[in-house]
Amino acid sequence: MGKTLAEKIWGEHIVRSAAGEPDLIYIDLHLIHEVTSPQAFDGLRLAGRKVRRTDLTIATEDHNTPTLNIDKPIADPVSKLQVDTLRANAKEFGVRIHSLGDAEQGIVHVVGPQLGLTQPGMTIVCGDSHTSTHGAFGALAFGIGTSEVEHVLATQTLPLARPKTMAINVEGKLKAGVTAKDIILAIIAKIGTGGGQGYVIEYRGSAIRELSMEGRMTVCNMSIEAGARAGVIAPDEKTFAYIKGKPHAPEEFDAALTYWKTLFTDADAKFDVEVNLDADALEPFVTWGTNPGQGLPLNANVPNPAEISDPEARGAAERALVYMGLEAGTPLKKIAIDTVFLGSCTNGRIEDLRAAADVLKGKKISSTLRMLVVPGSARVRLQAEQEGLDKVFLDAGAEWRNAGCSMCLGMNPDQLAVGERSASTSNRNFEGRQGKGGRTHLVSPLVAAATALRGTLSSPADL
Amino acid sequence: MEKFIKHTGSGVPLRRSNVDTDQIIPAVYLKRVTRSGFEDGLFSAWRNDPEFVLNQEAYKKGTVLVAGVDFGTGSSREHAVWALQNYGFKAVISSRFADIFRGNSLKGGLLTVIINQSDVEDIWAAIEADPTTQITVDLDTRTVSYNSTVLPFEIDDYTRWRLMEGLDDIGLTLKETDSIDSFEGNRASYKPKTLPIKK
Repeated sequence: MGKTLAEKIWGEHIVRSAAGEPDLIYIDLHLIHEVTSPQAFDGLRLAGRKVRRTDLTIATEDHNTPTLNIDKPIADPVSKLQVDTLRANAKEFGVRIHSLGDAEQGIVHVVGPQLGLTQPGMTIVCGDSHTSTHGAFGALAFGIGTSEVEHVLATQTLPLARPKTMAINVEGKLKAGVTAKDIILAIIAKIGTGGGQGYVIEYRGSAIRELSMEGRMTVCNMSIEAGARAGVIAPDEKTFAYIKGKPHAPEEFDAALTYWKTLFTDADAKFDVEVNLDADALEPFVTWGTNPGQGLPLNANVPNPAEISDPEARGAAERALVYMGLEAGTPLKKIAIDTVFLGSCTNGRIEDLRAAADVLKGKKISSTLRMLVVPGSARVRLQAEQEGLDKVFLDAGAEWRNAGCSMCLGMNPDQLAVGERSASTSNRNFEGRQGKGGRTHLVSPLVAAATALRGTLSSPADL
Repeated sequence: MEKFIKHTGSGVPLRRSNVDTDQIIPAVYLKRVTRSGFEDGLFSAWRNDPEFVLNQEAYKKGTVLVAGVDFGTGSSREHAVWALQNYGFKAVISSRFADIFRGNSLKGGLLTVIINQSDVEDIWAAIEADPTTQITVDLDTRTVSYNSTVLPFEIDDYTRWRLMEGLDDIGLTLKETDSIDSFEGNRASYKPKTLPIKK
């Protein structure tokens, strides 16, 4: 029997395997940031251990970094300590770091691909659950905890149980205004936040192949919101073209390409589970609740919990409506928004900024809200400025910020106030995620831009 | 790591599903560079509510958290495990855990026990009827027991052995250094390196 893409990559990275034990898997690339690494470096120091492969390790600062006044010291002393600790650790252990102010600084999952370090067939880890993003290149990439960060630093391997495989087939053609973000939000609503637990998801089908690399990254990014540690998409000509010319593209490009072209699921391979989604039927999708599975097409109404049969889901919906301050039956399009956030590792890449700028061009955002535009990396920001996108955002009345995770999780000063409501292109609508008491609706960049213009949840078709 | 063989303590009923790691420990608490002191951030938003279960006198001494389905979803932050441990929890019982959280918990010696949802409901009923009910989580026999009920749970042999011996994963892997060296010797030369590019 043939193998799935994930099984091929897994098999090629087994350092040691024994019955009844997890496989020891080699890690090709380890991405580091300031939040989940200090205790790991501390562990190395206590045990007198070194970083085994500094040449397969790279660090950047993203979660805590401010998006204003980046030339000044970080104002929050605790954030500053964490960033300073990363800088000191990188220096002490000899790890390459891109610090605030550097052109390659930014969200770790935007930086890896833009440097060309993310390539097909690799194993990639980072102490961040959105590491699944890199699966868009046909790499097996997943988030790890701090103990595992320390393990990879010390050994460049991880003991891991072999995951099961799930295929999600998205066949058909997306309507205008429907994006990668809508695909993944619809998938999560369909299979639930636990649906992917224990699986690596492979996204397949014509609608996936049609997506740009940026769109594929958006889909793989939110695999974790469906419970899956990793999501993969088979590499193709788009993948190869994206990597070619990037700083870390292989010098032996043809040798790499020959290998990359073997990275697909064999025709006779079997997935443990298959799920189908009809791309033709998809609409712009938004969340109404407090987990990413609580989403609906934008044209729908806030659901009535009384009509949900599963008691667990009903209880969760009741609590979510209270937290979100929403009435059952309200059209989603009538929900007024206070803050629009465009950015994050889900939708902070150049294509996302272009899509939103295209909607905003020559128009003004509603006076009832603020809009933050936070490029995923300093490099994305520079590129956007070269294309004049910064002027489009500023002319529309939005704020043009520096790169980082920013309001996706509000570890820096970019936060929602209590009761404030956002339309956010990020990945999590958990209670308090964007600031204590803040209320989050997850949306695509197109919906974010249209919402900014109209003041209520909207798609470009409503303009 | 401390060995985990068996623990007995009172239970705390957390009747919520989809408890994500942002609820267990919000991002603002993640700025510390140590592994301790995270107990103040545990469920911090919910602890503002005087009715929240951890604020109830009867459950203040609980060491076994009994949670709804899909506990620990979202962020990979191991701080969620540290916060639960720093607070005093030794085990969490649920019918389903998020993968990364479960991995983190078992690395750090916080035992995550998976049992059926109907059995979770029965434990909730028991500890709500009598908060002093003692729950025993026994890794040796792979059972959870309270009153006269004994529930088996599954955990793979390797993880169980590692927890019962209190073994450090890194130490175990470093014994395989020869295998790692030989694997590295065969890696393709076109695989990228993070060394700065000379242009």
